[in-house]
Amino acid sequence: MNFFVDENDRVDGIDKVTGKAKYFAEYQLPGLTYGVLVTSSITKGKITGIDTKAAKNAPGVLDVLSHLNKPVAPGYEQAGGSPMKIFYTDEIFFNGQPIALVVADSFERATYAASLVKVSYEKSAFNTDFVKSINNPSAKKLQGQPPYVRGTADAYKTAEVKIEQIYTMPIETHNPMELHGIIADWRTNDQVTVYAKTQGVKAAQATIANVFKIPQENIQVKSEFVGGGFGMALKTWPVEIATVMASKHLKRPVKLVITRDQMFTMVGNRPSAYQKVGLGATKDGKITGITHTAFGQTSVYENFTEGVVNMTKFMYDSDNVNTNYYVVPLDLSVPIWMRGPGEATGAFALESAIDEMAHALDMDPLEFRMKNDPEQDPQKKLPFSSKNIKEAYKLGSAKVGWSNRKNKPGSITEGAWQIGYGVSIGVFNASRGRATVKGILKADGTLVLQSATSDIGPGTGTGMVLIASKLMNIPVEKISFELGDSSLPPAPSQGGSTTLSTVGTAVNDVCVSLKSTIAELAANANMSTTANFVEVLKKNNLPMIEVTKQSQANQQGKEYSMYSFSIHFVQVKVHKLTGVVKVSKIVSVGDSGKIISPKTARSQMVGGAVGGIGMALTEEALLDNRYGKYVNNNFADYHVPVHADVPEIDVIFIDKPDYIVNPMGAKGMGEIALIGFAGAVANAVFNATGKRIRSLPITPDKVLEA
Amino acid sequence: MLNNDIRQSLLLFKPTMAELDNNQSGDTRRDFLKKSSLFTALSLTPLTVLKAAEGKVDERFAELFEKIPLNLKVNNKPYVLKVEPRATLLDLLREQLHLTGTKKGCDHGQCGACTVHVDGKRVNSCLSLAVMNEGKSITTIEGLAKGDELHPMQAAFIKHDGFQCGYCTPGQIMSAVACVREGHANSKEEIREYMSGNICRCGAYPNIVDAIQEVKEKGTAI
Repeated sequence: MNFFVDENDRVDGIDKVTGKAKYFAEYQLPGLTYGVLVTSSITKGKITGIDTKAAKNAPGVLDVLSHLNKPVAPGYEQAGGSPMKIFYTDEIFFNGQPIALVVADSFERATYAASLVKVSYEKSAFNTDFVKSINNPSAKKLQGQPPYVRGTADAYKTAEVKIEQIYTMPIETHNPMELHGIIADWRTNDQVTVYAKTQGVKAAQATIANVFKIPQENIQVKSEFVGGGFGMALKTWPVEIATVMASKHLKRPVKLVITRDQMFTMVGNRPSAYQKVGLGATKDGKITGITHTAFGQTSVYENFTEGVVNMTKFMYDSDNVNTNYYVVPLDLSVPIWMRGPGEATGAFALESAIDEMAHALDMDPLEFRMKNDPEQDPQKKLPFSSKNIKEAYKLGSAKVGWSNRKNKPGSITEGAWQIGYGVSIGVFNASRGRATVKGILKADGTLVLQSATSDIGPGTGTGMVLIASKLMNIPVEKISFELGDSSLPPAPSQGGSTTLSTVGTAVNDVCVSLKSTIAELAANANMSTTANFVEVLKKNNLPMIEVTKQSQANQQGKEYSMYSFSIHFVQVKVHKLTGVVKVSKIVSVGDSGKIISPKTARSQMVGGAVGGIGMALTEEALLDNRYGKYVNNNFADYHVPVHADVPEIDVIFIDKPDYIVNPMGAKGMGEIALIGFAGAVANAVFNATGKRIRSLPITPDKVLEA
Repeated sequence: MLNNDIRQSLLLFKPTMAELDNNQSGDTRRDFLKKSSLFTALSLTPLTVLKAAEGKVDERFAELFEKIPLNLKVNNKPYVLKVEPRATLLDLLREQLHLTGTKKGCDHGQCGACTVHVDGKRVNSCLSLAVMNEGKSITTIEGLAKGDELHPMQAAFIKHDGFQCGYCTPGQIMSAVACVREGHANSKEEIREYMSGNICRCGAYPNIVDAIQEVKEKGTAI
């Protein structure tokens, strides 16, 4: 089987450029009401009273819900456990915790009435200071992952050349452009429709079913267009449950759209990290030991862990590797996976350390990486299903102009700017899961495909339509892919770069089955087996045929190590007087199997690099630990990259199919687009200036002070 | 003369900040509105209405004063509306006129998702109260295409894949059209500078710049 690449536009492009695409908050329902949240102004303690009298008397207010008058949610009746049961506790776990919901007949009235709610508290001592907690031996630390040891632990300590450094990262926030929220509309006492912003309509359906103890089929979750997620919409958050409760209680549809500052406290974040990497090598550049100890932050009321040290276990050939990962519970809201999740955090530390070692050895960091590139997965002791790292290094370095790089830092100057080059690798699991797709092939020449998957932006529908188009030889405009509705055949949530592989395989299987059915029908009607399906259906008097296929995770994971890889090359300019860092050139190389949808795939790599610029240079959710509050919880003070921060970006795809992973030969790329990027920038800053910044983001003050 | 009287009566009964704080007096903004509108009404309305207000038949009466008449054009269609003075142009478009192509991203003028044209100029509609737009002509993303024929900027965004999730897209496109019309699209550098008020978290920036540059270079009147 062979797939041709095709430069097709997004299937939903016209909807998105004309304003027709409907996001969750844009459904008009008769009798719609508006919810606005009241949040805690303290960081830890108990609510002693909520005075809602003035708010309830304010014009247009229907009710004010809190733990004092909570509507019944049977799944929340049992005390304790996680996740946080909104309105079922008087405890405050973090500053900005949602504690009441005001519902009124207009957004303005609800907003005003929420300002009238008076809450009294009993305060307790709290701790939101991550770095201080790590250095405090009595502060609680939980093991986030079992310790890993291959060969001898801490072997780097006795190496001929050794590096031992600490790398830190602040909290980052996903902040998709669309504000989070939900519309809930109970049609009867046990049937509800929700318009959600979610990466998983089936997961949202299951969560709501568990809370309200009603059958899943009584809950319809609609989420056709999602204005970005980056991981934060992988969970149905307490504020969504609060809205579903309110709608049930008031017997009216209720809409909640949270504010931008609430996006910092109510829907997760990428946790801050503190990582120690020890690296040992022989004088001629062979790695002999890697030790990676990482700390992440979590909340006191719910635990969160991620794969910060995963990549260290297999990325480089070393007989001796050991890792440890701990999480520190703080009085902050719980984190959630953010694009590239823990791997992006780990890659910054590991790839910085690799660069530091190359410098210590006076080797070109590319040469050092290639010298230690393993032939097979040293952790699983399995061959890679496919890995074209050396080719990726070659193509990317040629494109970025690596030959212009000088190994001695601070060698290139252009006026007031110092120029440097950096490289880093990214890697993410290329697994696939279970999904079901239904295909309806019609005598009018069209094909409809359905699956309860999502599209948070990568172009799910576009990719699926391209897979079907190539297999069925039907033009893309005759194929539609329906998603974002829990009543469609089940599919997993969109996360971990698995959608194309998982749902795409089911699309593949549906198409293969449809083709064989058409061939049988053709034979029955004495037609050529290559006859057009429209003619075949007509001859058989069939208006349509339907096929539903479930595709399982494959078993190849037992025989092969399956990953997607990326190599990021950057050129930076560092201003000598101000310390400003500008990323001036980017070449990102994707080694993620066959590229199904080149246009959207390229955009995904570009988007990852842009996210990487933010992680490397600007993004930092700042806490005032005296109050446990964020001080920059808005887009003016929390700096995500804007147009002026982003240069032209070259994307190169290796574009070689990996049929071990799936029949399309395609592997995911959402995560690898970002993983490693920040390390490449930090390494380039070192190459430009000789200053090693081990604390993200690399802001001008750090460059000047280093 | 009449206006002066109204001003006088309002000044006389102007509540202090302490009175406005409902902790102190139990008054709410609503009560303040009732008071002030009552005194406005004193000068303007017939005796019967005044009596109704005094007699606590005031719920709906006070609401009359929470709604301000507004005449404006949106996408060349005239609207005669009554709006709350605190409603933003953005919320008016989305919640009352159901023109949801204009997006809410921050309500603080920091992201550009709500960009519309007001009398031809790009404006963050979240920073403009609806009542400030009396007599003005608004163009939203829904008013950009001519029927089924896409505006050249919309077509260029599709061609260059200038979006992923699509949420910032209407704002980017409205801003991009204005950027070209303003004469601020003469180089990639200039486009980046003049488009920096429109955030795209998916990171489609290079594609957006390509789309704008192509429209500019084609020189079609937009």
